[in-house]
Amino acid sequence: MVQLTVREALRDAMAEEMRADPDVFLMGEEVAEYQGAYKVSQGLLDEFGAGRVIDTPITEAGFAGIGVGAAMGGLKPIVEFMTFNFAMQAMDHLINSAAKTLYMSGGLVPVPVVFRGPNGAAARVAAQHSQCYASWFAHVPGWRVVAPYSAGDAKGLLKAAIRDPNPVVFLENELLYGQSFEVPADGEHLVPIGKAAVARTGSDVTVAAFSIMAEVIDLRSLRPLDGEAVLASVEKTNRLVTVEEGWPFAGIGAEIAALVMENAFDMLDAPVGRVSGADVPMPYAANLEAAALPGAADIANAVRRVCYRG
Amino acid sequence: MAAGAARLVGRLGLLVGRRARNYGRMGYSDSAPSRGPEYTTDLAEATVSLTSKQPLPVYRVLSAGGEMLDPSQDPGLPGETVVRMYEKMVGLCQVDQQLYKAQRMGLISFYMTSYGEEATHFGSAAALHEKDMVYAQYREPGVLLWRGFSLDQMVDQCFNNRHDLAHGRQMPVHYGSPEHYFQFISSPLATQMPQAPGYAHGLKQAGSDNCVIVYFGDGAAQEGDAHAAMNFAATLKCPVIFFCRNNGYAISTPVEENYKGDGLAQRALGYGMEGYRVDGNDVLAVYNVTKKARELVVDEGAPVLIEAMTYRLGSHSTSDDQTGYQDMSEVKDWRERYFPRDRLRGYLQSQGLWDQEKEDELVSVTNETIRSAIKRARAEKKPSLEHMFTDVYDVPPLRLRRQKEEVQAMVAKYPEHFPTASHE
Repeated sequence: MVQLTVREALRDAMAEEMRADPDVFLMGEEVAEYQGAYKVSQGLLDEFGAGRVIDTPITEAGFAGIGVGAAMGGLKPIVEFMTFNFAMQAMDHLINSAAKTLYMSGGLVPVPVVFRGPNGAAARVAAQHSQCYASWFAHVPGWRVVAPYSAGDAKGLLKAAIRDPNPVVFLENELLYGQSFEVPADGEHLVPIGKAAVARTGSDVTVAAFSIMAEVIDLRSLRPLDGEAVLASVEKTNRLVTVEEGWPFAGIGAEIAALVMENAFDMLDAPVGRVSGADVPMPYAANLEAAALPGAADIANAVRRVCYRG
Repeated sequence: MAAGAARLVGRLGLLVGRRARNYGRMGYSDSAPSRGPEYTTDLAEATVSLTSKQPLPVYRVLSAGGEMLDPSQDPGLPGETVVRMYEKMVGLCQVDQQLYKAQRMGLISFYMTSYGEEATHFGSAAALHEKDMVYAQYREPGVLLWRGFSLDQMVDQCFNNRHDLAHGRQMPVHYGSPEHYFQFISSPLATQMPQAPGYAHGLKQAGSDNCVIVYFGDGAAQEGDAHAAMNFAATLKCPVIFFCRNNGYAISTPVEENYKGDGLAQRALGYGMEGYRVDGNDVLAVYNVTKKARELVVDEGAPVLIEAMTYRLGSHSTSDDQTGYQDMSEVKDWRERYFPRDRLRGYLQSQGLWDQEKEDELVSVTNETIRSAIKRARAEKKPSLEHMFTDVYDVPPLRLRRQKEEVQAMVAKYPEHFPTASHE
């Protein structure tokens, strides 16, 4: 085991895969000369050169489309969005070009591209830099959507994503980039996409979350969502709280609540509790932002509510 | 917070640094010695003026009647190649007629014809190599026919029967065939445009001597993706031929309402690439230009733009009616004077390569081929219901397995609403 920041873990994942497979390359704004807007791609230009670490013009729609085309041609592009907020300008390529192509080509045209970048709230960057896209992307069939929390999961899932022949949306979080965790030193440490992790076992309540410090179940993948893991846990604890920083309407929590209601209604001793961000565009002022995002107190309150303890 | 402030300063620093680096190279190509811009006190010299440019002329090789205008421009193709172009053109015209009718009769849901633009397909396709990857928009099926896709396969796709490569998941005319190096048609306009340089980038990395061609219309050329694609292709140096079919209309929007500049060819300069304007109804001119473009693209590894001036003789698709917005006397004029099929036939006849007997036979054989293809395609089974669920997951998750079971149960319970005898 080694101590790595999430930033280093992501960089190592990309470097290892790029060393092993000459078809893997990285493109995005500021990824090369500047070493990454958040320094995630530090050192990659020096090691792999400008042919494989490409600085793009500021055209998200463009480079998302370029990435899809490169993947159609057999390369394995990693397309970095400075934040997924800017990826909205590439939405058509993400959904219509990447996610739907394998299906619409009768299984003949795979698109092995990874779209990665920070998602969700950072710190005082206001609404247009703070949206969480987990729900939007997980809504679409045809690709995989992952959202790791720890550095070990970030590294293992990014390696798995790069090797995956399907398009993968890889949701990072800027606030986590500098956080350190213990990571297996083994270069072949892969985390399977579609499997949640039980971060802490318990008996009274299941808390399912992603991208934040999950007490119990860290989902890690949103599409496919590890419904079985959640259901198995609910069968044991009989109570569930979902946690996400994004908006509540049609969010990940809504999906999990529906899933549990459909499949384990009789197992529930209380309605599912959802903890989410406030249903407003993210405000800028520090105090307002803190109030708009869920915190430990909100989770604790929700847990107590589903346990009928106040 | 500190992180946010640092990021902002970092970005500003980056902007300043970038501008300083580029300042000394403004306006000069990579090969020119770097010595800074020229300064002038005469504003007129520093003006890119509308008044100083005529519309860019149009390159052609054949007269409207099919006569060779300048023997030095004759591509010198073997007779059988030009005859093949004509035969395929007739095939396309006839299948367009019959499948359009099929849609009107309710046999297929949708169709798009290529009337008037056939020369853009065959002229360009004949100048490419068979492994040059094609990204088309939707009005270029002749390119696929040239490569060897059959009329039967076209009909199967439009009827979405069990032979359809896409298992019934695409609208009619959304052809695709990896075997023929022709990407599946994607409905959102111009999305194929950035994909093309992406693919070409891969070709270059692999040291291939193939290139990519991407077709798009005058309407699609206004999409943001068109700008992104051309800028990327030029800055990344990707071997792509950008081929614009300027056919005068984007559904009902005439070009005068779609852009204000002199069409597409001159935009090439803005992106730092060569541009050509060609008579899109002159198959030999289109051939010459595409051949030249291909040489440049493959030699330099850099993109080129071709604008083929043509005219859309039919409606946009079976979903609109051109008589509502197109001047039918203008349509008639183009049909009479510049129809590619007639023009090419004129050329072939003048070369002694074609006559009325050959014409009658070809038309008769082609019509029969298409008629039987339609008859057969109609009778074929549709793709299996199974294919609604395949190609999404390798191992279907619980919910999808449930949904599939529900669908199968529904179909079994209400056979009168789900005629599965007609499915595989």
